[in-house]
Amino acid sequence: MNMTESTYRIQGATGEWEVVIGLEVHAQITSNAKLFSGASTEFGAEPNTQVSLVDAAMPGMLPVLNKECVRQAVRTGLALNAQINKYSRFDRKNYFYADLPQGYQISQLYHPIVGEGKVEISLDEKDPDAHGKTVGVERIHIEQDAGKLMHDQHPTMSYVDLNRCGVALMEIVSMPDMTSPKEAAAYVRKLRSILRYVGSCDGNMEQGSMRADVNVSVRKPGDKLGIRTETKNVNSLRFIQQVIEYEAQRQVDVLEEGGEIVQETRLFDPDRNETRSMRSKEDAHDYRYFPDPDLLPLELEDDFIFDCKASLPELPDEKRARYKNVLGLSAYNAAVLTAEHETALWFEELLETAEQPEKIASSAANWLTSELFGALNKMGLSIEQSPVSPQQAAELLGLIADGTISGKIAKQVFEIMLETGDGAAKIVEEKGLKQESDTGAIEKVIADVMAANEDKVAEYRGGKDKLFGFFVGQTMKAMQGKANPQVVNDLLKKVLG
Amino acid sequence: MAEIFELGIAGIRTGVAAGDFTAKEVAETFVDRVSAAKSLNAVLVETPEHALAAAEATDKAKAAGEALGKMAGVPIGMKDLFCTEGVVTTAGSLILDGFTPQYESTVSANLFKAGAGMLGKLNMDQFAMGSSNETSAFGNVISPWRRNDGGNTDLAPGGSSGGSAAVVSGRICPAATGTDTGGSIRQPAAFVGITGFKPTYGRCSRWGTIAFASSLDQAGPMAHDVRDCAIMLEAMSGFDPKDSTSLDLPVPEWEAGLKSDLTGKRIGIPKEYRVDNMPPEIDALWQKGIEWLKDAGAKIVDVSLPHTKYALPAYYIIAPAEASSNLARYDGVRYGMRDLPDGAGLQDMYAATRESGFGPEVKRRIMIGTYVLSAGYYDAYYTQAQKVRTLISQDFDKAWESCDLLLTPTAPSAAFGLGEKADDPLAMYLNDVFTVPSSLAGLPAMSVPAGLDGQGLPLGLQVIGKALDEQGVFNAGLALEERAGFVAKPEQWW
Repeated sequence: MNMTESTYRIQGATGEWEVVIGLEVHAQITSNAKLFSGASTEFGAEPNTQVSLVDAAMPGMLPVLNKECVRQAVRTGLALNAQINKYSRFDRKNYFYADLPQGYQISQLYHPIVGEGKVEISLDEKDPDAHGKTVGVERIHIEQDAGKLMHDQHPTMSYVDLNRCGVALMEIVSMPDMTSPKEAAAYVRKLRSILRYVGSCDGNMEQGSMRADVNVSVRKPGDKLGIRTETKNVNSLRFIQQVIEYEAQRQVDVLEEGGEIVQETRLFDPDRNETRSMRSKEDAHDYRYFPDPDLLPLELEDDFIFDCKASLPELPDEKRARYKNVLGLSAYNAAVLTAEHETALWFEELLETAEQPEKIASSAANWLTSELFGALNKMGLSIEQSPVSPQQAAELLGLIADGTISGKIAKQVFEIMLETGDGAAKIVEEKGLKQESDTGAIEKVIADVMAANEDKVAEYRGGKDKLFGFFVGQTMKAMQGKANPQVVNDLLKKVLG
Repeated sequence: MAEIFELGIAGIRTGVAAGDFTAKEVAETFVDRVSAAKSLNAVLVETPEHALAAAEATDKAKAAGEALGKMAGVPIGMKDLFCTEGVVTTAGSLILDGFTPQYESTVSANLFKAGAGMLGKLNMDQFAMGSSNETSAFGNVISPWRRNDGGNTDLAPGGSSGGSAAVVSGRICPAATGTDTGGSIRQPAAFVGITGFKPTYGRCSRWGTIAFASSLDQAGPMAHDVRDCAIMLEAMSGFDPKDSTSLDLPVPEWEAGLKSDLTGKRIGIPKEYRVDNMPPEIDALWQKGIEWLKDAGAKIVDVSLPHTKYALPAYYIIAPAEASSNLARYDGVRYGMRDLPDGAGLQDMYAATRESGFGPEVKRRIMIGTYVLSAGYYDAYYTQAQKVRTLISQDFDKAWESCDLLLTPTAPSAAFGLGEKADDPLAMYLNDVFTVPSSLAGLPAMSVPAGLDGQGLPLGLQVIGKALDEQGVFNAGLALEERAGFVAKPEQWW
């Protein structure tokens, strides 16, 4: 792949500044139960209805590791081509807060389950290979989420909801390899896509299933790394980019005014589009990490890792390459159809209906990216919610391919399919939309059209070639659009001479 | 025939099975003993209804000809570190004042399943931190023992399982649960002339037992003799999927395996346990123990455990470190005490709650633990202590090349008077000098009463075994017990 220099620069009074970005992405692991307890993880339940004795840190309660969460973290690591650590361990991160009943978070500081890996990103969605870049992943570790404080329930008190408390997270720590807000967004987008392919995280940023701590520093090009700030819990792609833009500019301003950047934790305020200091290094917590004595070290067998690997689906980069090279799709279509796993699955289900998928792949891809996406967009639906199934789409595309209906009529049929849920063939039959290819019938209409427009025929024959389209249009109109356009063209050419 | 209250587990089991008395009569006897012993302050909550209900169930089962459990008809005392469903559980601390668990600890549940009933929750050093029971927020336990000087000095029953020691030695309960982190079963057992057993780490589930130091905490029985301990440990232990450190092994039949013939066994005598200032009576008793084991057929070998002197410092880093984290959950937010001064915020509530809820010894250990885990000190203290812990385990492994079991004194002194060491935490910590190394190594160990000192107070000998060799420890204990002929009991003054 082609590494491209980022051209993102902050123009300061003293010259150009480069931005260096690292992201810590917290991804909620897809699992019915929490990391160390059997409580449910379903989103949106009434407060404190999904809390086990362990989550509430009742006296004498002990954590028991949920193996499914381990499996998902290992599968994720494998999908990022990362080193899987056969020995890992859980540590306690100690601090007091009302959303943390144990008084410590169980995490993995010293021995994470996944080591170095990488993510291929691109700034050009239409042709990812043309502008690719590799972002390093430093590590992935698994840890517990905290609960949630609610400050709007009582005039003087805060309430605690422990439903999220103990939910399993993967913290995916990138190298400081990104140099622009766009690259950071592309990284998160790609990571999200891979996690969704793997099925280890639903990637739902609005529900908090995925959020990022954004580390930003600035430097003069070529200088050593500057001091970074960390903005916590940023929960959308747009906000991530805004944080980087704001922080980079703020840091440049501070440095150019002769100030120093303080290594600190900051919070993003989306309403005012700014970051604010949360706590500086001086009052940073001393987390007093130490190995959790309630849990044994986690040792993975080769067989387990092998099974995790075998369970991985075809991942977006491989799939995109196959669509391009084997199915012959355009770079754009291949990229668009593989960005979301659901889209790719839908597309492949459609192809499965054909005996020779590569024959219909291109037309199906074009139809999907234009007609289907357009319709779903208008209705505000995702592809899983599409009222038209892949099999129904295949039937429609089949009618176009065998000449039963024209592309234009197909649009009409598709609209009726969306409304009624009926099959394409049924609609064509019932509405009489079948394309007319019978030359006798068409010839008869053409004769009528020519008789009604003798002047135009004379003009055409006198050299006004442009009028050909007029005859086509009149013929089609007279046949209510159902004539096979190719047959009409051929016959008209013959008759008009 | 002996009075019912003088019987231990085996005696009650046999009597109930033979129909000499009913389980109900046994329960009633001990319920009365408990309620008559209030002056010892050994029982925090009396639960006569629990003991009587279990007894009735046993009598009914017997009448129906059903097989009886290992502990059928035996009412026991429960150290207040075990969470008991519907019964207030405080770990001897104000911070859990009024806390009533909605769940039953695995150990207590196992005992109840085996037919035991519960007479009450037993006083203890606060969060099991202490060697004299003086750190309890609910007042110290007074040992049933008195010196033979005619005085009436109140003595410490040892700790942290001091309530358990007091009720068993005073024949107030026929047996009791204890927990041992650095000696909390063995030292009090030695102080009051009973038998106490700490199994291999992981034999007893820690689920539902309030945590002090997770990597060290182990439950165990405190009872009249070796056989009773074997019966009760069988009922208490077993794999528990709810505790990740629980051993996934079947429970051996220790009682059936009891055998005091030690022919072929090699007993190691660790020279490092000959500490300075050890009372000559304890040294003499140790010598006697050696002779008794020889008499039982064992071969005596001298062994060295060179890192023994580092065990206590390492223990007093590791245990407080874990405790400082384990006790963070007592924050006034969800249960137990909450001290919320007017206008206080979250941090103020934490401070006020923990200030008034924890006793001085608990605070001391939380502060030590917090310190040794702090950035900049972690490696110098915690990491170093873990290395020492490994070396101590290796010392034992090395010793096992030349012996099968170790014999040592249990504690460096007999019971001391209440208040005598309360102002000197370091002197108090020295109580654990012989018990801590085997705790750090997770090994099974027991204290057997072996004699009286010049003041008429009990002294114990400790047997330490290889991991999982509870049977070896029980058997050596039995050999000592048969030869020591220890029958002394405190005279009832309470």
